[in-house]
Amino acid sequence: MDQLFFAAEVFLNGLMTGVMYSLVALGFVLIFKASGVFNYAQGVLALFAALTLVGIQQGQVPFAHLINAIFGTHVESFGWTLPSIAAIALTVLVMIGLAILIETLVLKHLVGQEPIILFMATIGLAYFLEGLGDVMWGADIKTLDVGLPQGISDSVEAVTAEWFGYGFFIDRLDIWATMIAALLVAALVAFSQYTKQGRAMRAVADDHQAALSVGISLRFIWIMVWSIAGFVALVAGIMWGTKSGVQFSLSLIALKALPVLMLGGFTSIPGAIVGGLIIGVGEKLFEFWVGPLVGGATENWFAYVLALLFLVFRPQGLFGEKIIERV
Amino acid sequence: MIYREAGDFKTGYREDGQTFPIRLDRWAYYALIAVAVLVVPFVIDDYWASAVILPFLIYSIAAIGLNILTGYAGQVSLGTGGFMAVGAYAVYKLMTAFPEISIVIHILLAGGITALVGMLFGLPSLRIKGFYLAVATLAAQFFLVWLFNKVPWFYNYSASGQITAPTRTVLGEAVTGPAASAPAKYLICLGFVFVLAWLARNLTRGTLGRKWMAIRDMDIAAEIIGVNPLTAKLSAFAVSSFFVGIAGALLFAVYLGAAEVGEAFGINKSFLVLFMIIIGGLGSIFGSFAGAAFLVLMPVFLKNLMTGGLGWPTDLAAHVELMIVGAMIVIFLIAEPHGIARLWALAKEKLRLWPFPH
Repeated sequence: MDQLFFAAEVFLNGLMTGVMYSLVALGFVLIFKASGVFNYAQGVLALFAALTLVGIQQGQVPFAHLINAIFGTHVESFGWTLPSIAAIALTVLVMIGLAILIETLVLKHLVGQEPIILFMATIGLAYFLEGLGDVMWGADIKTLDVGLPQGISDSVEAVTAEWFGYGFFIDRLDIWATMIAALLVAALVAFSQYTKQGRAMRAVADDHQAALSVGISLRFIWIMVWSIAGFVALVAGIMWGTKSGVQFSLSLIALKALPVLMLGGFTSIPGAIVGGLIIGVGEKLFEFWVGPLVGGATENWFAYVLALLFLVFRPQGLFGEKIIERV
Repeated sequence: MIYREAGDFKTGYREDGQTFPIRLDRWAYYALIAVAVLVVPFVIDDYWASAVILPFLIYSIAAIGLNILTGYAGQVSLGTGGFMAVGAYAVYKLMTAFPEISIVIHILLAGGITALVGMLFGLPSLRIKGFYLAVATLAAQFFLVWLFNKVPWFYNYSASGQITAPTRTVLGEAVTGPAASAPAKYLICLGFVFVLAWLARNLTRGTLGRKWMAIRDMDIAAEIIGVNPLTAKLSAFAVSSFFVGIAGALLFAVYLGAAEVGEAFGINKSFLVLFMIIIGGLGSIFGSFAGAAFLVLMPVFLKNLMTGGLGWPTDLAAHVELMIVGAMIVIFLIAEPHGIARLWALAKEKLRLWPFPH
């Protein structure tokens, strides 16, 4: 019986991890739908956002390391600590600025190139941003604290212990993350369904040329979409950064989001969410049951192999648009 | 003035179709081979061998391999690091299990084993295309690295989990292990590069290469005109993995000497080789060499400039280097999506008319 409860706990934790994956996958889907760019840099975007947030919050001098190396000075910090809200607002501005830069410096010049070229460009972008984040804010592991509650939730443990005689261990941060992610998804869906800009975004996703011909500015939409993706990256960065510190490994969540996308389909927002949940639960349960037999750490590849096997039977993913090929 | 094809007459198809149709190019090529074989082995020292020349030669093989798959057959792969690991572990198992057999045979067999593994992971390419395939090959990357990390049989139950190359000789000269000299290592790598580049060049301009390119340009159309996608795609995966496996075997046995799978064959290796063929030029053998040379030399140059010349701390230099590599990729993709190979071809076109362009 205990074993069963334990499995249920693993299941719940997997579900919450899955929400985090969905959050990252969502950023991918938004950009892919609106511009056909498969943005490998999404994970690094999350890392960059989290680094920037910590840097602004703690009043670090950007490029301090570089400035010190060139001029031989010892500047480190402005010596202030901003409140979380102000720091988040400033970081959002930075991410919007970054979106504008990416659009004008990179994407504008690659319009009409093959999708795979654009994909490789975002890999280059990922390397650049990774280096930039480190040069700007330093590569040491930082703790991020914007006031989200952390630690095992006592109330959940107490209530479940009373009901089932088995206390579930669930991190309060995970509960918060799930709620925030759900809120974010709802807001994004509402935005794309009920606002003028959201409709324009969907029009661009549907057909670039038709959208242009009815007077929608492609460049504005792209900047907007990258800004939204930057914002989603910031939210993901805050969650993961609070959980396990802001460090390089944070950018690897992009690699976790890729199989989520394959499973759910690159073009579907519901797909990103359902895919994230399936992968989150699947890898935790697999690690729980099969992991000990084969030496553990199966989380690294399980998601990929699952997605790969799935794709062999359904090449467009769960909710993806049917792939029609013509000569 | 110096680069002319005037008076260079061809009287048969054979001469017309040769790899270097212009006589000057041919001579330059022979001169390069002569220098590589007759001069370099006598002047090479340990620093040059380990910093520049060996990585260049070994990554050239890997880049040619990936270029066959991605540049010629159009199947993007992010699993190169994993396949290199297969080559490395295969050669390690063979070296330790059959010490009396020549290492050259072991390296070739390691390539063959990698080809089989590559075909296995290439099977989904028949159903999955484009991005989906690129991401699917990541499955190979992560699964293989995990496998070599977790199954002790692959690293002969060594306590550290590392594999270490024992000393093996070719014609009485040690080429692996701590006793190997720089010229011996250089010559064995050069031998493999020479033979494999020749093989790749001739495969890609023959029937098989044309099938690959037909699949790359449009797979449905290729299928309609009679190219079997099954054999074309799987042969591309097999040949590509053969090359990549040999590169992995050489990287481990000759260059590194000891390797830990996550560090030596992680996903960054996959991206490194991918960057080489993007910068060098997709669908070009010369481009594979150019890209490998560029990405091997640039970090050495940047490192010497930033830590040696400007006196910056090494971690800062490493981060700036990341930025520069990333920016180079984007700049190349915007300015010249066909890479250094195209720039080289354009330069030669210009040179033929120089100094009287009209």
